[in-house]
Amino acid sequence: MKIAVLIKQVPDTWEERRIDAATGLLDRAANDPVVDEITERALELALTVKDRDKSTEIVVVTMGPGEATKAVRKALSMGADSGIHILDDSLAGADLLLTASNLAAALRDIGADLFIAGNESTDGRAGMVPAMVAEHLGLPMLGSLVSAEIGSGKASGERQTEAGSQMVEAALPAMLTITERFPEARFPNFKGIMGAKRKPVATVPARGATPASRSRVLDVTERPPRSAGRKLIDDGSAAAGLVDFLAAQRLI
Amino acid sequence: MSDILVHIELTRSGHVGAAARGLLAAAARLGTPIALTVSDVPLATEAVARLGELGAVRVHAVTSDATQAILATPLVDALGAAVAAYAPAAVLLSGSADGREAAGRLAVRAGGVLLADVVDVAAHDGQIIAEHSVFGGSFTVHAVADGGLPIITVRQGAIDEQAPAAIPELLKADMPAPPGNQAAVLSFSPAPETSARPELRGAATVVSGGRGIGSEANFALVEQLADALGGAVGASRAAVDAGYIAQTAQVGQTGVTVAPQLYIALGISGAIQHRAGMQSSKTIVAINQDEDAPIFEVADLGIVGDVFTVVPQVIELLKNRT
Repeated sequence: MKIAVLIKQVPDTWEERRIDAATGLLDRAANDPVVDEITERALELALTVKDRDKSTEIVVVTMGPGEATKAVRKALSMGADSGIHILDDSLAGADLLLTASNLAAALRDIGADLFIAGNESTDGRAGMVPAMVAEHLGLPMLGSLVSAEIGSGKASGERQTEAGSQMVEAALPAMLTITERFPEARFPNFKGIMGAKRKPVATVPARGATPASRSRVLDVTERPPRSAGRKLIDDGSAAAGLVDFLAAQRLI
Repeated sequence: MSDILVHIELTRSGHVGAAARGLLAAAARLGTPIALTVSDVPLATEAVARLGELGAVRVHAVTSDATQAILATPLVDALGAAVAAYAPAAVLLSGSADGREAAGRLAVRAGGVLLADVVDVAAHDGQIIAEHSVFGGSFTVHAVADGGLPIITVRQGAIDEQAPAAIPELLKADMPAPPGNQAAVLSFSPAPETSARPELRGAATVVSGGRGIGSEANFALVEQLADALGGAVGASRAAVDAGYIAQTAQVGQTGVTVAPQLYIALGISGAIQHRAGMQSSKTIVAINQDEDAPIFEVADLGIVGDVFTVVPQVIELLKNRT
């Protein structure tokens, strides 16, 4: 089986993230880029399939600036077999449609049986790119999964929505998106890190059709930072102080 | 005025879902709200009336046998047909799991422009302007769709308004089951009723617990304070990862973003990851034993003390007030 995993490099959520007010784009210099954790978990799901069946081939695909190649290398060191990095200056600040169209163009011909992605990235949070890629490729999608079972000709799993949970199933090829309920990814080991250097990474230019329309940022406003208020050290009266505070603020 | 197509999610029993009110109110600001429903049985008269109460000028009720059995595609087909029929100025959907998949697929199919996770909308000089709240409310971004149909997903609970009521015109349509390889729904189990507590998204008061709560059993204290204040229950990622409470309660950069009138953080250190999901709250109260916990940097009132000493006293005092 051949599995394509969509990975994304994002600013670390454990640091303060910024938007460049002039361009309306992510300020990439403000943070250390990391592999989005949800996409590492997506890779982990693919790796568990490979653990059971060594003939499984895993291709990781990303779109991003030059430094995103580090995300691909990390995925290779974790156990993926090869990588595709869509790298093109014309894609800087790409909106959802341009992103999906280019990911789909890169994925169309690789002949994967299964496509796995995270349900949403921690930076954009739109949670739509996998569905859009699935639409481009004419694939069914099992989205927002909390568990998955991958068989030879089909995939199934439990899908969590606001209304409840569904058991869902699709014949392959199909797109799966997973949620944080999936297990954390494994760490690359020394052998993996050394081996990753010999694994192929194809750097490809933009090949997706450029949509006729796009979203455009009008303005960006930064919220003034919050300042600390009063701090009470509990000497037995803090509870009363809290209730008085809530009453004064008309919150109770 | 131009038509605004609004997808209305129905509950399993065919009632109008909770997101309808805010979506129709947003649509009414932009044009004439047309409610689109897709169900396996004809839409009930009560549901049509309810949509009218919420401001739908027309109800476009699509019946499709495949709705319960096939994921997303019947809805995308229905949306595509309605877009072709009405040529609306915008399409609005809930930012739910189903709404997001349908919006993404529709944008690819119909050549629209996606404005995702929107917290507010406005019409200005004939253009629809979407407001996004980015990185946990640290930045407010306004965006427009240049040259295409705006397909807008609205963050759940973000728009708390109701449009003026209308007497809706009802239009019925049938939709054949989609061909080809589809994602099938084998079974469904509804989410458990979460007592009388308000939903985390959109709640006026949220009481959250973190790792400092210590155990799943101790988490009852967080729930008791939430109930005493009529609030919703939240949690930090650390508490969720430790198994104290379900992931659906997670507030933070991964998880739900909340902006209630009152946010009370119990035993939460306040990593940026968490603060990103709650720092837009109007008033923040934090109780933590660690005087240097970063949560105090954003708290309007911070209490350095033991949650298990202070919170029971607070609950007692709240009881005595009523």
